[in-house]
Amino acid sequence: MNAGPAPPETAGASSLRRRFDRGVKSLTQGRLGRAAVIALPYAWLLLFLLLPILIVLKISFAEIALASPPYTPMLQWAEERTLALQVHLGNYAYLWQDPLYLGAYLNSLKVAAVSTILCLLIGYPMAYGIARAPAGWRIVLLMLVILPFWTSFLIRVYAWIGLLQGNGLINHLLLSIGLIDQPLVLLHSNFAVYLGIVYSYLPFMILPLYATLVRMDLTLLEAAADLGCPPWKAFLTVTLPLSMPGVIAGSLLVFIPAVGEFVIPDLLGGPDSLMIGKVLWTEFFSNRDWPVAAAVAIAMLAVILIPLLLFQRIGERETTGDRR
Amino acid sequence: MTGRRPFWLFTALAFGYSFLYLPIITLIVYSFNDSRLVTVWGGFSTRWYAELFRNEQILSALWLSVRIAAMTATLAVILGTLAALTLVRFTHFRTRMLFAGMVAAPLVMPEVILGLSGLLMFVTLEQAIGWPPGRGMTTITIAHVTFTSAFVAVIVQSRLSQLDVSLEEAAMDLGARPWKVFFVIILPIISPALIAGWLLGFTLSMDDLVIASFVSGPGATTLPMVVYSSVRLGVSPQVNALATLIVVVVATGVIIAGWLLHRQTRRRDR
Repeated sequence: MNAGPAPPETAGASSLRRRFDRGVKSLTQGRLGRAAVIALPYAWLLLFLLLPILIVLKISFAEIALASPPYTPMLQWAEERTLALQVHLGNYAYLWQDPLYLGAYLNSLKVAAVSTILCLLIGYPMAYGIARAPAGWRIVLLMLVILPFWTSFLIRVYAWIGLLQGNGLINHLLLSIGLIDQPLVLLHSNFAVYLGIVYSYLPFMILPLYATLVRMDLTLLEAAADLGCPPWKAFLTVTLPLSMPGVIAGSLLVFIPAVGEFVIPDLLGGPDSLMIGKVLWTEFFSNRDWPVAAAVAIAMLAVILIPLLLFQRIGERETTGDRR
Repeated sequence: MTGRRPFWLFTALAFGYSFLYLPIITLIVYSFNDSRLVTVWGGFSTRWYAELFRNEQILSALWLSVRIAAMTATLAVILGTLAALTLVRFTHFRTRMLFAGMVAAPLVMPEVILGLSGLLMFVTLEQAIGWPPGRGMTTITIAHVTFTSAFVAVIVQSRLSQLDVSLEEAAMDLGARPWKVFFVIILPIISPALIAGWLLGFTLSMDDLVIASFVSGPGATTLPMVVYSSVRLGVSPQVNALATLIVVVVATGVIIAGWLLHRQTRRRDR
């Protein structure tokens, strides 16, 4: 703020100064400053986010080769100095024909969908309870939801190993009260994968639900009650439709990362709980087949692109709605 | 409405919170167990903590993770803030949709894809221009900045869109240049969001296993990578001790943050 008393200068110099200032201002406001602000994140994202995806796409059309890096190049100097373009669709055909991959994709989608519904069933009452709690309590209850999210994800998954394993706490408890005769197989099962995903992603469901429920106008419910509407009907016709943005946002925040989840099926899942994130990991680290891993990644992107675009549209609508 | 809270809501909350916290509490309790077995209580002991502090592998991995996380958080705050400024202030420029899409993409991209694509890009770059030479701390940091800056951008963006534009206009009218408006007016107002973004970036980077496993090279083993390889072999009391320390640090941080937030809202209400 250089609007203080003018320094003792000659009139000509100060007008020159002002003109210079205005020049700089228009420059920074108009093009240069704006370009500088945009350029850095833009360049970073192009180089380290978009370019990598394009490279994955490129390598998914290559063939595995005994070379470093272990795949065939796309452009090659063939005989007679002509540039040969090698596009190899075999990896995708392989994904489509081998029942392992198709099964892993379908299983990932199923696991993610069921976990999302379970998160919704547990998370909705919790978000509702927090939103209707006394104002002073809300922040404490919210903090308690966020706290596990800030602790290590890996360690929260690990906690379930100790609880679920054959000689773990849950089996020990059930045996000692005589409910079962021999330990249940809880760890390395589909059940453990569902449990792990619901446990890890529950905060992502609760937070957006809470955000929509706490903003709701409660006089609407009073009006419904005054007009003789029973509470359950008021919930179904007023509260639930109004909280739909939260339901959708929360469901996507659980569903999309759950589809590509690796740590949970790897640590808690068994041989039959094959998920696509784990398949990609194995192709890359164990089989060292980079082209197939790249094709798995591109196919996974295609699978989540639909909910992604939906998410984008909802996001755009919300921001334009907020701006009013 | 707050007066008559049905009983079932209380039950739902009690069930939900015990679901969230019982596993963590058992971890903490068994970190003080003298026995190596989960089911046998061998008496109170702090021997696993002593072993943890003597474990060179874990300590050096922790130090590497802390350095990567601090660097990541700092760079992510800078990039995320610039991205948020671009999205909130410059609503019309060509390829804005592409930019907005790229900013939001890491939020919803599976980690395995981010990791794989990062690695393939580093390999290609090294082949083409010789940079980065090999993989390690630098490549992990770059990959972490790319995905954490998206989270920072979301936090800063929501703060920026609440900002009163008339403050900036007043400063501009009084002759402040845009960069001065940014440093004197915008930056102090959004500083809580920057702190929150830094802490989130630090935590996400400290916590990441999948991306780091892809883009890391020999000699650069982060803390989650060490924890993962020991957890794969089964329950390890040292990991319980480590988990307890993490929970204590995070809980202290969250309580302090909550207290500051509480004080701030009370001051604003007054």
